[in-house]
Amino acid sequence: MAATQEKTKKARKTDNSMTRDELLDAYGKMLLIRRFEEKAGQLYGMGLIAGFCHLYIGQEAVVVGMQQAIDKGDEVITSYRDHGHMLACEMDPKGVMAELTGRIGGYSKGKGGSMHMFSKEKGFFGGHGIVGAQVSLGTGLAFSNWYRENDRVSLTYFGEGASNQGQVYESFNLAALLKLPVVFIIENNRYGMGTSVERASASSDLSANGAPWGIPGISVDGMDVEAVKAAGLQAVAHCRAGKGPFLLEMKTYRYRGHSMSDPAKYRTREEVQRMRSEHDCLDSARKRLEELGVLEAELKAIDDGVKARVQEAADFAQTSPEPDEAELWTDILVETH
Amino acid sequence: MATEVLMPALSPTMTEGKLAKWLKHPGDEVKSGDVIAEIETDKATMEVEAVDEGKLLKILVDEGTEGVAVNTVIAMLGAEGESAGAAPKVEAKPTPMPTPPAAAPAQPKGVPATPQEAKEPEWGETKPTTVREALREAMALEMRADKDVFLLGEEVAQYQGAYKISQGLLDEFGPRRVIDTPITEHGFAGMAVGAAMNGLKPIVEFMTFNFAMQAIDQIINSAAKTLYMSGGQMGCPIVFRGPNGAAARVGAQHSQCYASWYAHCPGLKVVAPWSAADAKGLLRAAIRDPNPVVFLENEILYGHSFECPTSDDFVLPLGKAKIERTGTDVTIIAFSIMVDVALKAADALAEQGISAEVINLRTIRPLDVETIAASVRKTSRVVSVEEGWPFAGIGSEIAMTVVEHCFDWLDAPPVRVAGLDVPMPYAANLEKLALPQPGWVVDAVKKLF
Repeated sequence: MAATQEKTKKARKTDNSMTRDELLDAYGKMLLIRRFEEKAGQLYGMGLIAGFCHLYIGQEAVVVGMQQAIDKGDEVITSYRDHGHMLACEMDPKGVMAELTGRIGGYSKGKGGSMHMFSKEKGFFGGHGIVGAQVSLGTGLAFSNWYRENDRVSLTYFGEGASNQGQVYESFNLAALLKLPVVFIIENNRYGMGTSVERASASSDLSANGAPWGIPGISVDGMDVEAVKAAGLQAVAHCRAGKGPFLLEMKTYRYRGHSMSDPAKYRTREEVQRMRSEHDCLDSARKRLEELGVLEAELKAIDDGVKARVQEAADFAQTSPEPDEAELWTDILVETH
Repeated sequence: MATEVLMPALSPTMTEGKLAKWLKHPGDEVKSGDVIAEIETDKATMEVEAVDEGKLLKILVDEGTEGVAVNTVIAMLGAEGESAGAAPKVEAKPTPMPTPPAAAPAQPKGVPATPQEAKEPEWGETKPTTVREALREAMALEMRADKDVFLLGEEVAQYQGAYKISQGLLDEFGPRRVIDTPITEHGFAGMAVGAAMNGLKPIVEFMTFNFAMQAIDQIINSAAKTLYMSGGQMGCPIVFRGPNGAAARVGAQHSQCYASWYAHCPGLKVVAPWSAADAKGLLRAAIRDPNPVVFLENEILYGHSFECPTSDDFVLPLGKAKIERTGTDVTIIAFSIMVDVALKAADALAEQGISAEVINLRTIRPLDVETIAASVRKTSRVVSVEEGWPFAGIGSEIAMTVVEHCFDWLDAPPVRVAGLDVPMPYAANLEKLALPQPGWVVDAVKKLF
């Protein structure tokens, strides 16, 4: 019953407000992701980035808000739409962009690409290309915390498309059985590639998808970074208290196609424009900051700083050399002698 | 400062496209995110969004133009700020096929030049031990030595193991280190791989490897490939173990050898013990190995007893085969329960005056090419024996390896003996007909003379 009660409770608006500094920090991070992704799209268009490239534009508030709700040492894992998560984990934009261009300076020495990057140091466990696989893996990260009896929490992100995979529910069951400290985060951007959530999920309230296992869930405005953080704090506190997993459904939206090769004919231009003009996380954060007395000049300074970092990343990604041919044969097995 | 708008690549395979329509015209203000043109690619008609901002100064490629190469300048924007510059030209040049470095990662390291001469270290006292006991001892010893090692799977704890391999482990190590899972191979295998990525050393027991097919995506796509995809950052020290291959009268879905399935994949090690000493020594090595190891046991062998070293230090190297019987006329190569078949065949051949050398592979990947090649150079004939299907089986790999490494020494073509190319039948007589018998091996060998 506790689960059901918690499920119906929405993240309370009064708890949501960030301090001026927190919101400034969040704004800067969201802006970094936005500009980074725009640049990645541009480099893709120039043929410098190839293969699959899934941009996070529109969804920035989710990962930035959640990151503010956890501590150093907690783990983050996600799918292939992962650039935003890496930047939110404070991985170096240069290393991320250089991986996108397939260069030795990339996080995986150019051998992973857009969907496969990792940083143990920053608590980022990938970057996984098989839809739903990261949900079992993230449950395993939480398992290792449970096994070691520490108080760390695993943030396990997946899309609403992945939420229909069988192993997601196998993971829910395992996490609930063992009371594993995992926050399952469904980034519901409404479309799994070209199929709308209504056409893919019989469940109309994804935040209730953990209910059969007693996993409490709440639905959150994922375009509002303050609401995301408030919900994140609630979920993380639940996990740290040893109460087991928690489910967050982030209602969000991606402005770009599923990947770079998506003609996006499954939704109207007007729908995208409406989300951009009425719900954009950067616009609303900027408005709030102005209300808090942040000056235009201060925002401009953040803008300029972000632009410079992204340009620096793009330059690095084009000048860092391709991996040496010898790299073809390394990192297949950990060598033992 | 003017910014060039380039013909974008809109899919992984696009090299050129048709500029179907301009939606902005000279003089129009363009904001980041505005759709400026429509382009027909090899897949679809796509909208092109502006990245830079400014006034559209000039259109350089008219709408309706076909075959516009990616990166052609299609328009000029008057904008302040950055200009990304043109992409480097990629020149086509002939690319020779890369060859593995001399010490290829697929090859075992540090193997002596004449492996058949190399003696295994003496491990002292032995005692009769079943394969079941040997596996249990290996896990208990490693769990005592390393608190990061744990066992999970179906019925491993309270039930004491579906085949009693884990009997007593729950009592000794408690429920946090010996964990019963629900019947969800995909989920618990993925969970274990995640735990391994975070530094633990899981032993995943599959009740049989047939059920691991539910989890094969996590074994190959997550466990085997992540080290490479992470540029060496994120390893996966994990053992997937359980009975593999045919048991007895359990039909097609429960009787299948997965050696060739897993051995196909770089990033995995694949081990198949035969004796109790194999089981104990190789499982300890597999648990200590920092890589994902698929450990293929055999249900029928669980109850078989062999002399096994009792030393607490006993461990065997992965990637090293064992010559179980020396001979001069033909090399018979087998693994797992087929070593029994090979040894019986060797006995029968001896009675007919043919001296057979029997190699127990122990590890399928990396394959101990040195031991195989040295033996075949001595005998000039080779027969492989496996329970699995012949097509693309381990026998095919052995034959090719022998051809590559000692073709000039061969007096006859390599021959494989394998399970019949049929799903396993249930009927007792048919099942017996489907699996390699010593007589099949004897016949195969005799055809080589």
